[in-house]
Amino acid sequence: MEKHSTEQLNAVCSQVRRDILRMVHACQSGHPGASLGCTEFFVALYFDQMKHDSSFNLDGKGEDLFFLSNGHISPVWYSVLSRSGYFDTEELKTFRKIDSRLQGHPATEERLPGIRVASGSLGQGLSVAIGAALAKKINGDDRLVYALMGDGEQQEGQIWEAAMCAPHHKVDNLIASIDVNGQQIDGPTKEIMNLLDLKSKWEAFGWEVIVTENGNNITEVIQSLEKAKTLLGKGKPVLNLLHTDMGYGVDFMVGTHKWHGVAPNDEQLENALGQLEETLGDY
Amino acid sequence: MEKTLDTKYTYTEKKDTRSGFGDGFLEVGKKNKNVVGLCADLIGSLKMGAFQKEFPDRFFQVGISEANMMGVAAGLTIGGKIPYTGTFANFSTGRVYDQIRQSIAYSEKNVKICASHAGLTLGEDGATHQILEDVGMMKMLPNMTVINPCDYNQTKAATIAIADHEGPVYLRFGRPKWPIFTPADQPFEIGKAWKMIEGTDVTIFATGHLVWEAVVAEAMLREEGISVELINIHTIKPLDTAAVLASVAKTGCAVTAEEHQYNGGLGDIIAQTLVRNQPAPQEFIGVDDSFGESGKPEELLEKYGLNAENIVKAVKKVIARK
Repeated sequence: MEKHSTEQLNAVCSQVRRDILRMVHACQSGHPGASLGCTEFFVALYFDQMKHDSSFNLDGKGEDLFFLSNGHISPVWYSVLSRSGYFDTEELKTFRKIDSRLQGHPATEERLPGIRVASGSLGQGLSVAIGAALAKKINGDDRLVYALMGDGEQQEGQIWEAAMCAPHHKVDNLIASIDVNGQQIDGPTKEIMNLLDLKSKWEAFGWEVIVTENGNNITEVIQSLEKAKTLLGKGKPVLNLLHTDMGYGVDFMVGTHKWHGVAPNDEQLENALGQLEETLGDY
Repeated sequence: MEKTLDTKYTYTEKKDTRSGFGDGFLEVGKKNKNVVGLCADLIGSLKMGAFQKEFPDRFFQVGISEANMMGVAAGLTIGGKIPYTGTFANFSTGRVYDQIRQSIAYSEKNVKICASHAGLTLGEDGATHQILEDVGMMKMLPNMTVINPCDYNQTKAATIAIADHEGPVYLRFGRPKWPIFTPADQPFEIGKAWKMIEGTDVTIFATGHLVWEAVVAEAMLREEGISVELINIHTIKPLDTAAVLASVAKTGCAVTAEEHQYNGGLGDIIAQTLVRNQPAPQEFIGVDDSFGESGKPEELLEKYGLNAENIVKAVKKVIARK
């Protein structure tokens, strides 16, 4: 895959953010907040880091795989998948509408290219990623498995079952990231159910833990993922604490849980799009 | 008492159906290199040890974390593996319903959920472990196949057969030593009911351990001049609707027998099938909206009305309603 410049990647990010806002606005539902916050991460994965094939084979043999555990941020994933060739960007118009392949939360039943398992009910994606990583080991496939979770999702018990399992089985072909934005539906994570020191917790469970201080800086995100790769193959999985700002890129949405699952109205959309350059052409 | 009866099927040995699973699992592991195993700290109880010993690289002990096990199993299918998960039926269903629903059933993953110690015949451990709702939960899930074999041989055959079926399967079996009355070399066709005994007065649809109770009941009823057709419903979903309707068209009434709640089990789906197509009187042998308790398997089946004597009563009652 040809390497994209930082400028090119940032241009993709701007377009992806426009897609997210327009998709959520069009159906007046969906989750813009963390979709905007994780845009750099998704663009880094699909436009720089992963070896992947947009013609899409569900088994993904010989490819790097990505699993989204916090499925509600489907807008960013759908946009990035379409912008990297998995399906026509025109299909983004159908998001959350009847007869669409772009379900509110990612699903396999409608055969949308790029999706390998349903997610939405939280806490399940890391376990699935571990299974896929174990299958790669059995198959002698040396490509990697990536997963993304939310920070609020760390309150689910299954996460910690999976956290225990991966080091025990030496799943050292797995890079899991947590979108640490400090927000969940009802408010700041500190107030809802304090996560305390995630770094110490994951280290105590046997993971190599790295921190991406600014997950909205594409260069820093790529550096972190590069560093993560150097830590693999040594018997331990890697956990990346990806600090982002929910709502990043739109001044009135940034840094608050209020835009977790709320769609902008016409006026808000216009205001938001005015802050984001149309770089690749709106769908 | 059973021995003095002239049953159409007989046995010389008793064995637990979980051993049928364990032996079938080893055999299918040898046949199909994509078969892998996972177990949540019950390798001994599920008889998975022989597979683990033979194929250590294809077996994953996941500890007491069933939710994670279901997710890991779903992930293993991505890459072509055929995972068999092993734990008790209670922890294979109710505890992990959402994981099965989203990561396996809705995601159409080729996971075989192998569930032991189902029903009252788990015995002394009591109601916390005696799940009587699992068939209902599993058969409600779209894409899920639900199989409940009746003895060691049928369980072994089913365990081998499900590897060739693409899609999620719930395979239910149990703990007690139980008569082995079906042939060792039986073909196992998913979704195909097995007419074990031909008759004209009543059809008994039985599944799991209660198929044997129905074999005994048939002999008791025959002595009284009642002609019973016995159909072994090893696959509860998809139900062999044609076989059900053809039999009841002939006999005009039905008794269902299962080690499960009335609510949601085999009886429910047979009733639904009859009501939609050709309504007929039906009586239900199952647990009547209650939890189980500690005791010996035979004692529990008697107390909760699930043995041959109760099937006989139900048959007489349903024939009177014709």
